[in-house]
Amino acid sequence: MGFIWFWLVACMLVAYVVLDGFDIGVGILHLFLARNEQERQLTLRTIGPVWDGNEVWLIAGGGTLYFAFPLLYASAFSGFYLALTIVLWLLIMRGVAIELRMQIAMGVWKSFFDGLFFFSSSLLAIFYGAALANVVRGVPLRPDGYFFLPLWTNWRIGPHPGILDWYTVIEGVVALVALGVHGALYIAVKTEAELQLRARKAAGTLWIALFVLTVISLGATLIARADTLVNYQGHRLTYAVPFIVLLSLVGMIYFSRKMVDRNAFACSCIYLTTMLVGAAIGLYPRLLPATSGSAYDITVVNAISGPHTVHVGLIWWSFGMLLAIGYFVLVYRMFRGKVPLGAGGYEH
Amino acid sequence: MDALLLHRIHFGFTITFHYLFPQLTMGLALLIVALKTVAIRSRNELYNEAARFWAKIFAINFLLGVVTGIPMEFQFGTNWSQFARTTGGVIGQPLAMEGVFSFFLESASLGLFLFGEKRLSPWGHWASAFTVFVGSWISGFFIIVTNAWMQHPVAYKVLPNGVYEVTSFWGLLTNPWALLQYAHNMSGAAITGAFVMSSVGAFYVLENLFPEHGKIFLRVGVIAGAISCVAQIFPTGDLQGRYMAKHQPAAVAAMEGLFTSQKGAPIILMGQPDEEKRTIDNPLAVNNVLSFLIYGTTRAEVQGLDKFPRDQWPSPLPLLFYAYHIMAGLGTYFVGVMLIAVFLLWRGKLFQTRWVLWALMLSFPLPYIANTAGWMTAEIGRQPWVVYGLIRVSEGYSKYVSAGNGLFTLLGFMGMYAVLSILFIVLLYRIISKGPAVHITSPPKGSPMIMA
Repeated sequence: MGFIWFWLVACMLVAYVVLDGFDIGVGILHLFLARNEQERQLTLRTIGPVWDGNEVWLIAGGGTLYFAFPLLYASAFSGFYLALTIVLWLLIMRGVAIELRMQIAMGVWKSFFDGLFFFSSSLLAIFYGAALANVVRGVPLRPDGYFFLPLWTNWRIGPHPGILDWYTVIEGVVALVALGVHGALYIAVKTEAELQLRARKAAGTLWIALFVLTVISLGATLIARADTLVNYQGHRLTYAVPFIVLLSLVGMIYFSRKMVDRNAFACSCIYLTTMLVGAAIGLYPRLLPATSGSAYDITVVNAISGPHTVHVGLIWWSFGMLLAIGYFVLVYRMFRGKVPLGAGGYEH
Repeated sequence: MDALLLHRIHFGFTITFHYLFPQLTMGLALLIVALKTVAIRSRNELYNEAARFWAKIFAINFLLGVVTGIPMEFQFGTNWSQFARTTGGVIGQPLAMEGVFSFFLESASLGLFLFGEKRLSPWGHWASAFTVFVGSWISGFFIIVTNAWMQHPVAYKVLPNGVYEVTSFWGLLTNPWALLQYAHNMSGAAITGAFVMSSVGAFYVLENLFPEHGKIFLRVGVIAGAISCVAQIFPTGDLQGRYMAKHQPAAVAAMEGLFTSQKGAPIILMGQPDEEKRTIDNPLAVNNVLSFLIYGTTRAEVQGLDKFPRDQWPSPLPLLFYAYHIMAGLGTYFVGVMLIAVFLLWRGKLFQTRWVLWALMLSFPLPYIANTAGWMTAEIGRQPWVVYGLIRVSEGYSKYVSAGNGLFTLLGFMGMYAVLSILFIVLLYRIISKGPAVHITSPPKGSPMIMA
């Protein structure tokens, strides 16, 4: 059961990153790509009907994590207290920025929310990257299963780590660039003409950075956590994952150059998925490794809920997920294709 | 500074602010379905315009509910980690179900409801409004199930490692406390929706601004208000009060300000509790009524606080006493004003009776106060337990999150929510002053609504 729920929660978080990832990517880039009011509106309209549904994957994933692995939920959320609270503030700002921008037709008002959208999206990406890096690096868990990390200490991995250190900041930048590329490719899929050209160009430029950073990130992970490779050595097939990461990276730039934007975006989805799956493989069966000694690791074995809970949970969860996937197919079909110019949907 | 108190205030503040929005979301969702239903059956375009107007208010309100709601789910882990760790297997379940069964449905159908009126048939669009309503009410149910288990734990066992586990999933979902509390809470949400709609309607009629729409708002608001205000007291409030007296007698004693057990216990309508002297100052009391309300006979003995050890008294006790009395007092006022209004509506005189319109217009903040006070009654009444009778709040909070860190984030939330409040009021003012008459004002060029 621990194995099953580990991967189910991982799937939900991957779905969140891939889906909300392009919302965040749009936020990171829209100030640079959209140069006038019409383009700004168009950019926002690419995510308008879907962003809050995408965000639900985080809430549902968090809830699932809570009941399947209460120990992990309790320990990690209180231990990363400040970072998590800041993420919550950023999510508030991001949602408000997207929705309230259109409420008042005033330049200052719109510019303010455009700036807020950029600010919150960029920091969200960095925090998500750093969060994952914290889990990979491990935290100083106490014998009672808890820990508490300040935001930063001396920026080093060592006996007194902070949430931000050189390693987690690198991964934060990786996330920022990766979601930026993801967002650019998404805009290229959903728009036309100049905006689309600019999005492709931005994706191309950022891609170089992403390529370099991906390599750095893999190296840095091996320094920060040498035993990441143990699972890979045990199961040779898993080496396919880094291979797919590279392949999807190449695919992104190849299809983008060829102007087959849908395929380029699909490659970006695969890239994000395999990066996360790669990290998950390195972690399993640990959920949160302890830097204070592997005896204190939080694992799928010691964190899993009672047997009845997880069995019953599997039934309703599967049913609910089928429904959710159904809604997503419905909504994405309804709003498929290029975003139309001019007034959209809802009348004032 | 005391970390426990700080974590309590942290949760109390963020949940209180959050619930200002969902209560209107859930109440309005129901009323919008009513408006859409009448629109289709009567073919009266004014009802469609009314529905579109309320959809705009709904959308902003929904947004604030979403963004202030996410911190709630995560606060179980951030600020109440010891509680989350031991009970996650039980209450994590309904919380996850809310996301899986309600939020996905809600976000998808709200997109269709707000964007899809032109693309969908009238009944198709009605169905999208209906699923928004269903989604929001399912969400309410799972939250109530979560809270009800904390109030009245059922269907659980404790595993050897001290963690709680569900023994019957069905038992968890059909916790009698949850069903009673759900009925009481949802009728409370309907009251908020009804009063807000009536208030805007009364304003339009009194100001002679969009009076035809105003009359529709009043008609729907007052009828829904009368039904929900009565249901709030009887049967839902009555049943919940009795059930509470049976299972949380200490809470009821504190709510009523009953320090000593007695037969023919009085009901105290007003007064100021003095915890040290164990008396009520300036009491305005009616003898025998409390015994009658709880047990149906004036001679029954009601347990007072003297029956319970001091460390099991809810705290802060005076706040519990006031919260309960504010809720009950306002609830009584609601029944009065809504019954008068619905009577006048039936006689065809409501739109001319200016004093009732004034009362309706000015009353819109009161259901918010009553709903908040009701939740404070439930939550302070549960003290000193985080799970009633099983886990104390002092064993529930995150012990490694210092008071300093807690205060930092509390102040942050306060600042952010102050800004959100101002934005909300400004935007609502604009929507209400612009009004529902879509065919008169043309949309500003190229300003699509991207609300989803």
